[in-house]
Amino acid sequence: MASSSAIASSSAPFINKKDVGLSAFSSQSSFSVQTARKRISKKIVSVMTPQQTQRTPATTGSVKTGMTMTEKILAKASDKPEVSPGDNVWVNVDVLMTHDVCGPGSIGIFKKEFGQNAKVWDREKLVIIPDHYIFTSDERANRNVDILRDFCTEQNIKYFYDIKDLGNFRANPDYKGVCHVALAQEGHCRPGEVLLGTDSHTCTAGAFGQFATGIGNTDAGFVLGTGKILLKVPPTLRFVMDGEMPDYLLAKDLILQIIGEISVAGATYKAMEFVGSTVESLTMEERMTLCNMVVEAGGKNGVIPADKTTYDYLEGRTSVPYEPVYSDEGARYLKEYRFDVSKLEPLVAKPHSPDNRALARECKDVKIDRVYIGSCTGGKTEDFMAAAKVFLASGKKVKVPTFLVPATQKVWMDVYSLPVPGAGGKTCSQIFEEAGCDTPASPSCGACLGGPKDTYARMNEAQASYYLFYRIIDLLLIFYRVCVSTTNRNFPGRMGHKEGQIYLASPYTAAASALTGYVTDPREFLQ
Amino acid sequence: MAASAALSNSITAFKPSPCQPRAASINPLPSIKLPSISSNYPLISHFAPTPKNPTITPLRSAAAAAPETTNSSTTFHGLCYVVGDNIDTDQIIPAEYLTLVPSNPDEYKKLGSYALCGLPSSYPTRFVEPGEFTSKYSIVIGGDNFGCGSSREHAPVALGAAGVAAVVAESYARIFFRNSVSTGEVYPLESEVRICEECKTGDVVTVEFGESRLINHTTGKEYKLKPIGDAGPVIEAGGIFAYARKTGMISN
Repeated sequence: MASSSAIASSSAPFINKKDVGLSAFSSQSSFSVQTARKRISKKIVSVMTPQQTQRTPATTGSVKTGMTMTEKILAKASDKPEVSPGDNVWVNVDVLMTHDVCGPGSIGIFKKEFGQNAKVWDREKLVIIPDHYIFTSDERANRNVDILRDFCTEQNIKYFYDIKDLGNFRANPDYKGVCHVALAQEGHCRPGEVLLGTDSHTCTAGAFGQFATGIGNTDAGFVLGTGKILLKVPPTLRFVMDGEMPDYLLAKDLILQIIGEISVAGATYKAMEFVGSTVESLTMEERMTLCNMVVEAGGKNGVIPADKTTYDYLEGRTSVPYEPVYSDEGARYLKEYRFDVSKLEPLVAKPHSPDNRALARECKDVKIDRVYIGSCTGGKTEDFMAAAKVFLASGKKVKVPTFLVPATQKVWMDVYSLPVPGAGGKTCSQIFEEAGCDTPASPSCGACLGGPKDTYARMNEAQASYYLFYRIIDLLLIFYRVCVSTTNRNFPGRMGHKEGQIYLASPYTAAASALTGYVTDPREFLQ
Repeated sequence: MAASAALSNSITAFKPSPCQPRAASINPLPSIKLPSISSNYPLISHFAPTPKNPTITPLRSAAAAAPETTNSSTTFHGLCYVVGDNIDTDQIIPAEYLTLVPSNPDEYKKLGSYALCGLPSSYPTRFVEPGEFTSKYSIVIGGDNFGCGSSREHAPVALGAAGVAAVVAESYARIFFRNSVSTGEVYPLESEVRICEECKTGDVVTVEFGESRLINHTTGKEYKLKPIGDAGPVIEAGGIFAYARKTGMISN
């Protein structure tokens, strides 16, 4: 039972209300939502206040405790009037997504447990998206896509983004690419719903104001048969981000800041709720980047309240009615963190952990041998636009091999057709070509997670630069593999070679680094 | 004790909820009965204890015979392999092996041969010898946030296929913990102190469920473990489906 006139407020009871200037939302119906904005208070004292624990209900004087967004979504999905963190509830699943790596295993379990002739619980609620190991000659990888196809044919699955011609992705009209970006682009992410996926970055969809999290094959097999899953309601950590976003910062910097703050286990079993004027100013793709790396902090799910930006994005993409939910005024949060975004600087996560945070400018002596721009985290249209902006500002060529892997077919087409602002009509692809980057590759997860040995841009050995005068240096650095990447993880071996060193960064920082051959703060080019 | 409590509560707090009826008349879906039980009585109390089986064997998937040991008398004895903090799924099973499908028996076995091969060269001892499919180490001892990273079920599966009976870590990432229980492949046990700093790869250890303790015979030290609670019977049964059938949640 979602409250139909919930007001979202991030002014938790214990915060001096004068310091809090955040938007309030009101919602009467799913399609006509007015967003009321309060003036942003400029009086933010520090970049990050220490975490504060929630006041006990007795001191608030409230009779009925409000629920956070996450709690409300799970309450609605489990047909309960209310739930509290710690409750175990059986939840109805709105969408289940799987891909080529975990799909076959999930299907195997489904058939074993429910019978070889069993039918999935709802042929329209399953979205099957091959994306991980596609453009490879690895026979098992190819076979796995075939397994998905056979299953979809047998079950008459409505949404199967198939690929048959591996030599030319454009010859496959149904093929999309990276599952999390495809889910959003195809309108499968809707406010208030429960979306599960056999992939840890399923939390990306929380950007749409829904509960989205990753599960394993066995749980997915269970959902395939029943359409339900047992979930424990997580407590919520609230991240309030205010201040004007500097033009050298992107959502990737914000989430690296947060993960660096709370560590890779700081949000384990918890929901991460992102609010504040800065969050409201983010586009959908930027919000997706923010929620995407929630799992890197151990988080169960990430969530951002839906607003006009969300509804505008969904316009024309989905005809399924949805009902957004918002955190109550008296909702209880485990902890609240506040940021003045205007004070933040471009960041990297150094090898070998996403929480190994450092200022990009402090890593300027780190020589790199490649740059990778791609993945669900940093391979969306706006990510490429951002990289193009830096190359445009510089006008020079890259000093290291720069790999570009658009997340989906649509992103690839945008890279080739959308004009970059301020570029006199040039597209991203033209700017990339002039800067000497590699040709944008076929859309997929690519080398973000290594993959079969023939995966494009996989870190196998040191990259030989095609600039002659660097060849000698490259021979000396034959075992030197350092990549700046817009992806989401940098644990040992993540992109292939175990000794490979990966610096996670925003597309701005990645492009700037490509131009210098060292880890570089994008302000070198953007200011 | 969030990790083990997570599943332990999940088993005890079922409420009846009707399964959505499905239109297809050919639907062979067994009905899922979610028992209404008092939260004071965990499901396992409905079963009488079975005779103790002193043979120590690692638990396998549901395909294995029904276990003869009860939760209270299960022990595991063997060599331990020690790793550090934040052992992520890429180290447990590198992504290039994810083309192997765990529900395929041959590929399940192959996954075992690659278990923990993603560990960097700072780990001088290999977990599984080249050419072998199982490891001589049946207990993995870890630090914080074991299993972080991907949701890939291949991670606990690879460990289970390699012969690991239990992981004893300071804390777990949630998807790994959940997958371990749902598949029944390994027992994810939690220690109360940093055992990974006091044990060495190759130490002979015993893990006792009933006493919730780990004994390191090589050093002579004992350590308290957090009880696995109701997640135990799920793993013992062979995973969530086997458990659901055993307890009558899914009719056979």
